[in-house]
Order: sequence, then structure tokens, then C-alpha cells
Amino acid sequence: MAYLQILVNGVVLGALYTCLAVGFSLVWGVLNIINMLHGSLIILGGYLTFFAWHGFGIHPLVALPVVALVLFAIGYLTQLLLINRVVSEPVLTTLTLTFGLDLILYNFMTVYYTATPRRVTLDLGVVEIAGIVMPVDRLLAMTLALLLTGILYVVLRGSRIGRAIVAVRMDRDAAALMGIRVDRIYAITFGIGALMAGATGAVFAMMYPITTNLTTTFLGKAFVVCVIGGLGSVQGALVGGIVLGVVESLAGQMVGPQHALTVGFALMLLLLLVKPTGLTGIRGYE
Amino acid sequence: MSTPILKLDRVSKAFGGIHALRQISFALEEGQIVALIGPNGAGKTTLVNLITGVHRASGGRIAFRGTDVTRQRPFQAARRGLTRTFQIVQPFPRMSVLENVAAGALFGGGHAGMDEAMAAAREQLEFTGLSDLADRPASALTLAARKRLELAKSLAMKPHLLMLDEVNAGLNSSEIDGALALIRSIARRGITILVIEHVMKVIFSLADRVLVLHHGELIADGVPSDIAGQQRVIEAYLGQKFARRIARAETNG
Amino acid sequence: MISRRWPYFLFAIWILALGSTPLWAGNYVVRLAITIAMFTGLTLSWNFIGGFTGYPSFSTAAFFGLGSYVGALAQRAGMPMVFAWALATLLVGLFAAALGGILLRLRGHYFAIGSIGVVEVVRLLIASWGSFTGGGDGLNVPFVAGGPDVVARIFLAAMVGIMVAVFATTVGVDRSRLGFGLRCIQQNEDAADMVGINTTIYKIAAYTLSALFCGTIGAAYASWTGYIDPNESFSILMTIKVPVMCLLGGSGTIFGPVIGAAAFTLLEEFFWANFLDYNRAILGAVIVVLIFFLPGGLLRMPYRGLGTRIGRPWVQPKAAA
Repeated sequence: MAYLQILVNGVVLGALYTCLAVGFSLVWGVLNIINMLHGSLIILGGYLTFFAWHGFGIHPLVALPVVALVLFAIGYLTQLLLINRVVSEPVLTTLTLTFGLDLILYNFMTVYYTATPRRVTLDLGVVEIAGIVMPVDRLLAMTLALLLTGILYVVLRGSRIGRAIVAVRMDRDAAALMGIRVDRIYAITFGIGALMAGATGAVFAMMYPITTNLTTTFLGKAFVVCVIGGLGSVQGALVGGIVLGVVESLAGQMVGPQHALTVGFALMLLLLLVKPTGLTGIRGYE
Repeated sequence: MSTPILKLDRVSKAFGGIHALRQISFALEEGQIVALIGPNGAGKTTLVNLITGVHRASGGRIAFRGTDVTRQRPFQAARRGLTRTFQIVQPFPRMSVLENVAAGALFGGGHAGMDEAMAAAREQLEFTGLSDLADRPASALTLAARKRLELAKSLAMKPHLLMLDEVNAGLNSSEIDGALALIRSIARRGITILVIEHVMKVIFSLADRVLVLHHGELIADGVPSDIAGQQRVIEAYLGQKFARRIARAETNG
Repeated sequence: MISRRWPYFLFAIWILALGSTPLWAGNYVVRLAITIAMFTGLTLSWNFIGGFTGYPSFSTAAFFGLGSYVGALAQRAGMPMVFAWALATLLVGLFAAALGGILLRLRGHYFAIGSIGVVEVVRLLIASWGSFTGGGDGLNVPFVAGGPDVVARIFLAAMVGIMVAVFATTVGVDRSRLGFGLRCIQQNEDAADMVGINTTIYKIAAYTLSALFCGTIGAAYASWTGYIDPNESFSILMTIKVPVMCLLGGSGTIFGPVIGAAAFTLLEEFFWANFLDYNRAILGAVIVVLIFFLPGGLLRMPYRGLGTRIGRPWVQPKAAA
């Protein structure tokens, strides 16, 4: 039964990875921008949640929607004022810009929060179902992650804004000719990306210590999930996230946890070469 | 009977489930001007793509001047003297007109060095009437000029067979006349030409022979005056209803 | 009438300035000169694949790191220093040629991601192969005999020498068939194919060129500092800084990388020395300003329209409202 435990661990991890990457994937798929800020935005969400809890005694579950909205605003403004200006530029330009912005954000977070890990401690105990052991906070995290992802999916499919985003993703010029305000959609999409990042950070803060050292790790995971699963869709992020989670869990068992990361990246490289559009086959931009 | 310059033997191409071309067979003799016509979506550009190696054929053989080129890559086609122009022109936008043509001379035409290539490029610019624009960036040209640039670049590659993909699209009547004159003078150099065209004026005044493509099949192959009267060709362009109407009108006098 | 040779003169003066620092400045400045020469070499290298060919590679750290490890291991095995550098150059070149064959099938974003992925995978592999490479603890490299002054002079000469070599290669490529072909590929790869350029071979050549000297520089760096570890050798910060330096100076030009590397390094040093805590943020701000105001780099600065050029926002077409 040990393998079932590993599998379940992998799926729980995978749910988190999905939530982590879906915002990144959306921005990449719709705006054609690789958002190097993504990792830092996750950490920012985590920090805000931590300080809400530590400084004001607000429970993370309550803080989550607030943090999400704050991050949305930050994302929306950043895109509207700054990133919008380079949206049509080649990948080197946009990546460098977001990298520069990330340096700024990262620096301010490091100075303001310092690198000491912060952790929200919620003693929720452990639960056991059919021989599988699962800490409750992880279960909670997985549920939240899937819930958030599900809400995003529903919004994208059901709401007007969501349909507009999908339209822009499919064909920007055609969408514009249909009367869609593409620049606003871009800002909203980026805002949603930031929102999902912040929410993931909040969820993450409930389980693990938050530190600025994690920004590149998160960014790396987002890349891998997108390549494995496919760009610009919730389904892609879901497939990619679960696959990565399960692969890492298995690899951690077979070759040791320190190699699990390598396996993830190697898998990403393999897929890039064999099927760059990812397992769901949704074509990203070149 | 000399070897045909281009010979297609039961060439087919399928994209997944879509059969773009089925069992195409024909041979082109050196020095001919042949028109390839057919309604939109018939597979004309796909055929040219197959011949130049942009796509790989799903079946059949293609031979160019006796050599099997079924599996060649585009740059090999260029070096062999099998060149084509694009429907949507593809210049090097930030290079000058001269440099664009020199690229053709250097890489496709096999000239030894930059100086030789530049000299050859100037010749072609002269021939196509673009000498005045030699130092302008390619992106600054009008559509008609850009089409001539495509032509000049192709000529610089010392082609034996030149395939022109709708080189007259978007040109007005007088510009088309100019293009026609140019194509005729190219033919006089001994270059075999295949034109993909929609403009009837061009086909009738230029082509020795017409190939008609429809839904990926070759439905007619002959001289222009014969082709125009063929039932299947009219059907392909105008649909069955009109074709019958025209046939009835003709028989009724 | 300005002679077209004056940039070369300026460059010669710059080489003299860097190379002569031990004669008129203290250790700090000499170290700075070595760093500038090093990054100029890396930036000129990147220019082959990123500037001439237009493929946004983020593999610099992979080549540098690999070079540093090959050099370090060779020296530890008893190989004389310069031979170790040569070996590093060769092996990194072969690695790039082999990798390029596969990686260069990708374009744009996917190529960029793949090229970063390479850095990560190589780093992780080296870090986990502890028995051979020292793993996370790093490797010590045998020191060069001589006091700090002598050592500094040796490595200054080495780095400046490598820099000049890469520059000479750049000039050579720029004037050659290869350079012309790469520019064609950069402007329109499909047209380049159709015109008779074997794009695969050309791209692999550019990628290999972009790697070769990075290997040399990595090995020389290992010999200079005497100690390397995976995180420093395969630094993501470096792999992104180098393209930024090239962008700053003007990518695809001959002198752009030289100017960009010098300007960026000096700026970075200035900020680090004076605003230690916020130096990264300021660096980030510099990058942001660069993207908005100098899209073509310093070399292509539109002196007249400087104030008005703030990037091209996406413009909503005038469709029916």
C-alpha cells in the first residue's frame, strides 16, 4: 500500500502545483508574456497572510480573499501602467522587463520582511483514511487549491470577462475587431494571474514556512507545469500540476528527494523537445 | 525525348485526416510556361510546398532534372535551382533591397563571395527595374515593388525552374502588364516557369499549358483554349448548377 | 567625415585602459577590470546566438559553469592551467553543438525556456554527482604561485586576452558568409531557408560559438578564484544579466556588447558599493528604464526623440464600438 500513499501525496502536491501555475499559464497563454514576477507574487501573498495572522490575529482563511484582491490590484496596475507597453515585443524584451520588476519586488520584500522563514502555525492534526496518512493542513490546502482552480475555470467559461479572455487568447486581433477592449482584458488577466499567485501563497503559508528564497523555486515549478500540461488553460495547468506532483513524489521515493527536482526539469526538457505544446496539446505562441 | 525538368509521379499529401493532394502526376518540359489553376483550397500552394521540400510528401515521387528530390529540404531545393516566390511576400525586412537579392545570389546562386554576390544582385535589380530602390530597406517598399523584389531574389538564385505563387495578387491592371512582360523575359532566358494564378488574362496570354487542380486532384492538363471549355473545369470554378446552365446556353446557340 | 575605423581605435584604447590598471590603480580597480573583461567576453559570446541569430538563449551559465568544472577537475588531476582551459573550451563547445542540434528546433519562448532548463539540469546533475564533483560543497582549485599582485596580473591578462579573442571572432563572423546568413535567419527564418541557407547548421554554429569562450572564461574564473560551487557557477542571475548587458549596449552589433558589459558592470558595482541593501532593486530599475527608453541599446539610441520614446503600448484598433 506504500505506493498508494506516494500517489496520494503526489496528487495533493499536484493540486498545489496546479494552483501555483494556473495564473502563470494564463498570463503566458493570453498575453504571451513570461511573468518572472510570479514566484515573488506568491511569496508576497504568503507574507501578507502571515502578517495578517501574526499582527492582527486574522485567520488565514479569512485573510485569503483579501490578500487575493490586493494582489489582483497590484497585478492589474502593473500591467496597465508598465507591462502593457511591451506586450508586442519579442520574448527577450518582455522577460527582461518582468525580471527587472521582479528584482525590485524581491529586494523590497527581502529588506522589509528579511529572509527568516515565517510560518502560520495551525495545529490541525493528522487524519487517516484507508491506511493513507494525511496531515489535515495539507488536505485543507489541496481542497482550497482545487476550489480556487475550479472557481477560475467557472469564471473563465461562464462570465463575460472570462469569455473575452479566452477570445483574446485565441485571436487577439479578431477579438479586438469584435469590440473587446483588449488592453483592459490584458490588465484583468494579469490581475487574475497575480490573484491566483497570491492565493496560492496564502494557502502555502498555512502549511510551510515562507521565505524569499523560495521565489525561484516556485517560478521554476510554474515553468515545468506549463510545459508539461500546456499553456493558457486551466485544464493544462491541472494536468501539468498533477503529473509533476506525482512524478516528483515517485522520484523522491525512488532516487531520493534531492533528485526529485532534477527529474521534474528533465521531464520538462523532454516534453519541450517531443511535444512542446504539452500533454493537453494546446498551442502556445512561438 | 529529353528528361522532363520536373516529374511528379502519384504524389499525395495528407495532413492528419485531410487529403490535400491525391495521386498527382505530371511532367514539365524545359522551357515551358505552365499555369497551375484551381479554386481556392484546391491545393496549389501545398503542391509547390511539396516540390520545394517545405512539406514532405505522404506518397509518390518527385524528380527534378532526373534527381529524386522527394525528401529534400527547402535550402537544398534552392541550391538545385528549384525556386519559388511566396503569395505573402517574405523579404528580410531590415535589410536593403540589394542585400535581399544578394542573399539569394550568395546562398542559392552559389556565388563565391560577398562582392560577387553583390554584383550579381545588381544585375538582377537592373533586370527587374528595381535599381533605384537598391538601398531602401525592404520593409519600405510598395506591394508591387516587393513582388518584384521576390522575383529578383529568386532570379539571383540561378533557377532552372521558377514557381510563381500568385505573383499578381493585389496588383492593378497596369502593374500586371508590367509583371507579364517581366515573366516573358525571364522565360526567354530559358527558365521553365510554373505560375499559380487566378487572373485569367495572365493565364491566357502567358501559358503554353494549363494544369487544373480541384480538391487535391489534377482534373485537367492541356492548352488554355481547350481547358476553358472543359465541363469539369467550369464545374470546379462555378459549381455544377452554373456549369449546366452554361452548357445549355451553348447548345441552344 | 568620420572615419569608420574610429570605434576600433576607441576599443584599442579601452583594452589598454583595462590592461594597464595594475600600473596605476589598486587591487580593487584591477579586480573590477578583470570582472569587466570577463563579462565582456561572455556578452560578446552571447551576441552570436542572441544578437546575430535572434534566438534568446539563457544558457550562458550552463556553459560557464560547465567550463569552470571541467577546468577545475582537469587542474586537480594535474593538468597545467592553460591546457585545462583549452580542454574546457573544447568540451563545452562539443556539448553546445550536440545540445544545439536538439534545442534549436524550438523557437521563441520555448527555446528560451529550454535554454534555462539546461542550466538547471546541468547544475542539479553536478550538484548531485558529489563523489566526482564535490557536490554542494564545491571544489578547490590549485592556486597559482605568486603573490596577489602577480596573480591579478596573470588573470587580467588572461581575461583581456580572451575578450580580444572573442571580439576578433565577432568581427570575423560579422563580415563572413556565416554572419550574413545568421542575420537572414534572424529577420526571417523561413525565407532564409528558402534562399538556400542550411539554417540548422548555421544555428548550431552560432550556438556553439556562443558557448566556446564561455567555457574558457569559466575555466579561467575557476583558476582565478580557487574555489567553485554549483550555485555560483550556474547562477541564474548571471545567465539573465548577460543578455541584458547585450541589450543595453545594442545586440547584434559588434561594439554593443563591449559597451553594454562595461556600462552594466560599472553601474552594478557603483550601486553595490553605495546602496548595498537596495542594490538589486536599483539594478531592476535600471533594467526597466532600459527596456522603456533604450529598446535598441545605447548604440542605437535615437538621440533626438529620447524623451518621447516610451515603448509601444498595444493600440486598440478603431473597430466598430
